[in-house]
Amino acid sequence: MSDSPHSAQTTTPGEGAVRRFLRATEIDPRLLGMVGALLLIWLGFHLYGVWVLGEGSFLTPRNLWNLSVQTASIGIMATGMVLVIITRNIDLSVGSIVGVVGMYTGLLQVEWLPPMMGLGNPMIWVIAVVFGITLGALIGLFHGLLIAYLAIPSFIVTLGGLMMWRGMAFLASSGRTISPVDTTFALLGGGPYGAIGATGSWILCAIACAGIAWAMMRGRAARKLHGFALRPIWAEYVVGGISASVVVIATLVVNAYPWPKGILKDYYAKLGQDVPEGAFIAHGFAYPVIIMVAVVLMMTVLMTRTRFGRYVFAIGGNPEAAALSGINTRAMTVKIFALMGALAGIAAIIASARLNSATNALGDLDELMVIAAAVVGGTSLAGGVGTIYGAIIGALVLVSLQTGMVLIGFGDGSYRKIVIGVALVLAVYLDIVYRKRIK
Amino acid sequence: MVDRTGTPLVELRDISIAFGGIKAVDHVTVDLYPGEVVGLLGHNGAGKSTLIKCLSGAYRKDSGQILINGQEVEIRDPRDARAQNIETIYQTLALADNLDAASNLFLGRELVNSFGFVDESKMEAETRKIMGRLNPNFRKFNVPVSALSGGQRQSVAIARAVYFNAKILIMDEPTAALGPHETQMVAELIQELKKQGLGIFLIEHDIHAVMDLCDRAVVMKNGQRVGTVDVKDVTDDDILGMIILGKKPPQAY
Ligand SMILES: Nc1ncnc2c1ncn2[C@@H]1O[C@H](COP(=O)(O)OP(=O)(O)OP(=O)(O)O)[C@@H](O)[C@H]1O
Ligand SMILES: [Mg+2]
Repeated sequence: MSDSPHSAQTTTPGEGAVRRFLRATEIDPRLLGMVGALLLIWLGFHLYGVWVLGEGSFLTPRNLWNLSVQTASIGIMATGMVLVIITRNIDLSVGSIVGVVGMYTGLLQVEWLPPMMGLGNPMIWVIAVVFGITLGALIGLFHGLLIAYLAIPSFIVTLGGLMMWRGMAFLASSGRTISPVDTTFALLGGGPYGAIGATGSWILCAIACAGIAWAMMRGRAARKLHGFALRPIWAEYVVGGISASVVVIATLVVNAYPWPKGILKDYYAKLGQDVPEGAFIAHGFAYPVIIMVAVVLMMTVLMTRTRFGRYVFAIGGNPEAAALSGINTRAMTVKIFALMGALAGIAAIIASARLNSATNALGDLDELMVIAAAVVGGTSLAGGVGTIYGAIIGALVLVSLQTGMVLIGFGDGSYRKIVIGVALVLAVYLDIVYRKRIK
Repeated sequence: MVDRTGTPLVELRDISIAFGGIKAVDHVTVDLYPGEVVGLLGHNGAGKSTLIKCLSGAYRKDSGQILINGQEVEIRDPRDARAQNIETIYQTLALADNLDAASNLFLGRELVNSFGFVDESKMEAETRKIMGRLNPNFRKFNVPVSALSGGQRQSVAIARAVYFNAKILIMDEPTAALGPHETQMVAELIQELKKQGLGIFLIEHDIHAVMDLCDRAVVMKNGQRVGTVDVKDVTDDDILGMIILGKKPPQAY
């Protein structure tokens, strides 16, 4: 259909090449900006290493793999925080939910279940995971009920939650550290055994590339069906090509990070063999990263393809209009906070598995990182605007700054805090400037 | 000529609602027949919007009865009203500014495909169809409605109310932001919907428009109903007197 009234292909004379490219590919310029900033940060840390320390250690498979694992729990929570902030609320309690969920899941699998089921029972980790997610969801649900039905501002409810759940985490174990966690459960935190290896990663890579191709073809078919303008075919290839390249590069990176010698020895010893000459076993994608990707996919579908997602945006844009359109805004608030709680539960599982223990300080100050990640990723505190992919990039930016500072020898907490604080304000300022310019 | 011998489509009986100490609507009774346009008039703050919001489910009345086709119904929220085929164009338009026209039109009633996912393309196609009928100049389908002019936003709100085959339509100053041509199109739309047998409550300050479009007019003052008149029995000045002075002409009841 060439006579469609709205056409993405029409070019305005005098339009710059970049603009034309963005328009044809329909890539969000802000996505480009965020990715650009992330790459600059990475390059900056790496080059600082090369020039000042004599060795660049940021852009190495080892560091990037660790970065991916460290981003998982913040990133997972940031996707939920996007919904909370879009609907003009805030959740200050997520860090403390991580603490209390981590503690009770730890107690469950270390002290309560083994006497009943036997140490190392293969069901223990499953029960612990289900329990952790459920507990998180129930806490969020409780916050949501107070906010929606008693009309207490979310800031207050979750500020109370921030203090209360941290206190509960301490009381649950009288301040003890609970460890070690169940061995299967521990894999969810990553580590050499908590990753799927080279073959598994390539299989995942192939599935992802097929998924990208499928999604693009479906999108094109849907537009054709209703006679809307199509992206030029070259633009489809560019978008598909870039997406697939990112997946392939990520796979190459995680497959280039080998198991350390100690783990190799341990592994071959269990097989009753000596470590062969030049043995190379790659980590591949870590479980927490795969969990994060799964969460991101689900949350993206939820926000862009379902009624629930529509209602989240509508409530953020105009709560009154949403209610007049028959949306049950109170029930929505409860669901959003319950979802946020469940995601904090998942984050708690990953964080305690990674530490191989549950401590009273687990998730301390996470709420600030999570809120900052969502905001750096373009979620507007005025409500109504935000994306899941933005939150993940925001989380990557913040965790990169944090680990990068350590890597270049400014690991002292004060420098990290200064840099992250500045980055947060700067990111929001740039976003404001950008929004003004497109208006 | 509207046949007013049968059961009314809508009866609002003795409706009252107060905010704090203010009696916004004070024992008001109004009815509406199929194929009829009833105008609601009155000074600013007379209680017109508040009255119809009790019917649209935005407010819950303090007392009184609502009857649809002679049956008493309970309207607790906007969903109840929609279930009774009542559609409303609010004075404030009630649009989510960050969403595009199609998302607003289908808000709360999104079209979904067989997997339960929102069918964006279909919604846009339907929106293009209805906007083509209501406002052929409308082109801004892929931008948030915050980027639309006041009149364009109003067209979106009107489209939303007409699309879903309402039986009862409430229009709260639907042409306030429209240009003369667009206003004319809304007038034609009202005539057409009336022919299809809809009942319409029209809140309107322009007396000429009321005389042209309405069968009956209800005048409110300070939350109370001054009187109801058949527009063909009265002059502009009679109605003005009712609005400004609260003076009830002999033809009124
Ligand atoms: N939600 C509310 N809270 C408190 N008072 C209200 C509320 N809604 C309406 N009122 C009051 O009720 C009265 C009637 O208001 P309403 O909006 O119904 O007037 P109106 O006749 O529609 O006026 P206009 O022609 O200006 O639209 C006013 O005094 C108004 O201040
Ligand atoms: Mg009004």
